[in-house]
Amino acid sequence: MKIFKLAVRNMLGAGTKTWLNALVLSFSFVAIIWAQSLFKGLDEEASRSLTDIEYGGGQYWVEGYDPLDPFSIQDSHRPVPPPLAELVEGGRAAAILVVQGTLYVDGRTQSILLKGIDPGQRVLTLPSSALAAADHEIPAVIGTRMARNAGLKKGATLTVRWRDVRGTFDARDFVVTEVFETTAASADAGTVWIPLEDLRRMAGAPEEATLVVVEKGYAPAPVVAGWAFKDTEFLLRDIREFIEMKTIGMSIFYVVLMSLAMLAIFNTQVLSIWRRRREIGTMIALGLTRARVIALFTLEGSMLSFLAVLVGAVYGVPLLAWFAVSGWSFPAEQTESFGLALGNTLYPIYSVGLVAGTALLVFLITTVVSFLPTRRIAKLKPTDAIKGKLS
Amino acid sequence: MDNGTIIRTQELTKVYPMGRSSIRALNNVNLTFDRGEFVALVGPSGSGKTTLLNIIGSLDTPTEGGAEVMGRRVETLSHRQAAELRSRHIGFIFQTFNLLPVYTAYENVEFPLLLLKMSAAERKKAVLDALEWVGLADRAKSRPGQLSGGQSQRVAIARAVVKRPGIVLADEPTANLDAENSHMILDTMESLNRNLGTTFIFATHDEKVIRHVRRKITLVDGAVARDEKMKTGGAS
Repeated sequence: MKIFKLAVRNMLGAGTKTWLNALVLSFSFVAIIWAQSLFKGLDEEASRSLTDIEYGGGQYWVEGYDPLDPFSIQDSHRPVPPPLAELVEGGRAAAILVVQGTLYVDGRTQSILLKGIDPGQRVLTLPSSALAAADHEIPAVIGTRMARNAGLKKGATLTVRWRDVRGTFDARDFVVTEVFETTAASADAGTVWIPLEDLRRMAGAPEEATLVVVEKGYAPAPVVAGWAFKDTEFLLRDIREFIEMKTIGMSIFYVVLMSLAMLAIFNTQVLSIWRRRREIGTMIALGLTRARVIALFTLEGSMLSFLAVLVGAVYGVPLLAWFAVSGWSFPAEQTESFGLALGNTLYPIYSVGLVAGTALLVFLITTVVSFLPTRRIAKLKPTDAIKGKLS
Repeated sequence: MDNGTIIRTQELTKVYPMGRSSIRALNNVNLTFDRGEFVALVGPSGSGKTTLLNIIGSLDTPTEGGAEVMGRRVETLSHRQAAELRSRHIGFIFQTFNLLPVYTAYENVEFPLLLLKMSAAERKKAVLDALEWVGLADRAKSRPGQLSGGQSQRVAIARAVVKRPGIVLADEPTANLDAENSHMILDTMESLNRNLGTTFIFATHDEKVIRHVRRKITLVDGAVARDEKMKTGGAS
């Protein structure tokens, strides 16, 4: 049976109508790939940025430390144990001490986290070398979000109050020696980075740390008593769940897009069956069974998805390629309203799986939508259909 | 069924329900048609001509009685079996030509062959032969919209005979044509009847058609009123 050949003839024979439907469907196809690739790019960007600047190859946390529980932070410090101290001395890990503090700026107070880090560390891409500046009393490095929220800039002096391990409050001025840009909000917002040894002195916790970040690729992580190793899977879990939620939210957009395209196809099929009823009757008279006529109409509809892929490729490949190179830029205010730290430019990431998966989805939905109206053919009396009547 | 008989109806009755009442379109019709006949079914509108053609063509089923076509009982056929009977043994010609609009003349004629197991080369030869028979070999690439009424009906005839069916059923084939085209069409069908031995059965009001046939069956109120041999038929 040459149903496929007949379907191709009918589809191409329909001319403009076919191409318009394919064009509408291709918009959905390309838009879904584009949006999905942006989320994939977002995931990659967020993961890379967080591992580069904060998570490294994983972190050892002092037992009891929970970055989401402010009450756990005051007591979360302990001398760095020998196995980890060796890694730190060998440049394969960076110790970080975390102390809660209050920033006084422009007559207002703001809760912050003071994080002490070795200015010479190379494990994280944080610009800690700016903390080695000797001219200033205590240098501080902050991120752009922190700078914007507190109205600070490079060279500004900020006053910070903290409480040491014995519970005594003290306060000092720091000088901002560097303002860095990062998409990792947890390394930026509400965080002031200062030299590790200065913070240890201020907190009365010599040789101590809250966490130790190991270099990327460090494995296997040995068990260290009193410290819990958190791998990057664990550390990135929240951000990935967040992106997944956003992706699911975005699926409403896909549903709307696909619905519009499917409505067009459904409508075309219904009209087509009505308009071509004489043709249907003739085909049955010529020896086609109703089932094959249904298969023919369904195939014609579902083949639109193949045409849509072709049409989409014509304009989609250059468009998406251009996006992959130039990225999608948006202002910082907009990125923060997204609820997630984004880079100023987001680069989409495409994969064969993404394109093939989207094509398969579009094909399956198109086939179902093409099939539904054809059930009416089964009820058509060929003797009426030949005369152009609907029964 | 005799060797020469390819259609036999027995007490063939068709009743269409119309609300609470019903219409008896065919009433105990007993007819036989032999291979190579050139027959006209005549009668006023509503006399049952088209209904009889539809049942013989296995597009419809009788309410009572039966019809045996090419050795198959039409009333017992499944959809698939009826479709197979039509695709192998029966060609249709319609008043409104019913060409598939997006196909060329060649593709329209090729359509019935696509339903049969034929190689592309065999199909091509059969289609070109059929178009040659109806004198439209030069319009093979034309679409129905580019053809006149007469040309369209000749393409429809080519489509009906391309698979060399035993029976061609033609429902008012000349009703939409002028006199000149009607004659041309009838000459073509007569020639095919003579050369291919195909049985042609027409449902018609057209005197021009009646003048060409060798047998005329008159239906009145769904029953056979007269069944007469004609002297003026062209084919032997």
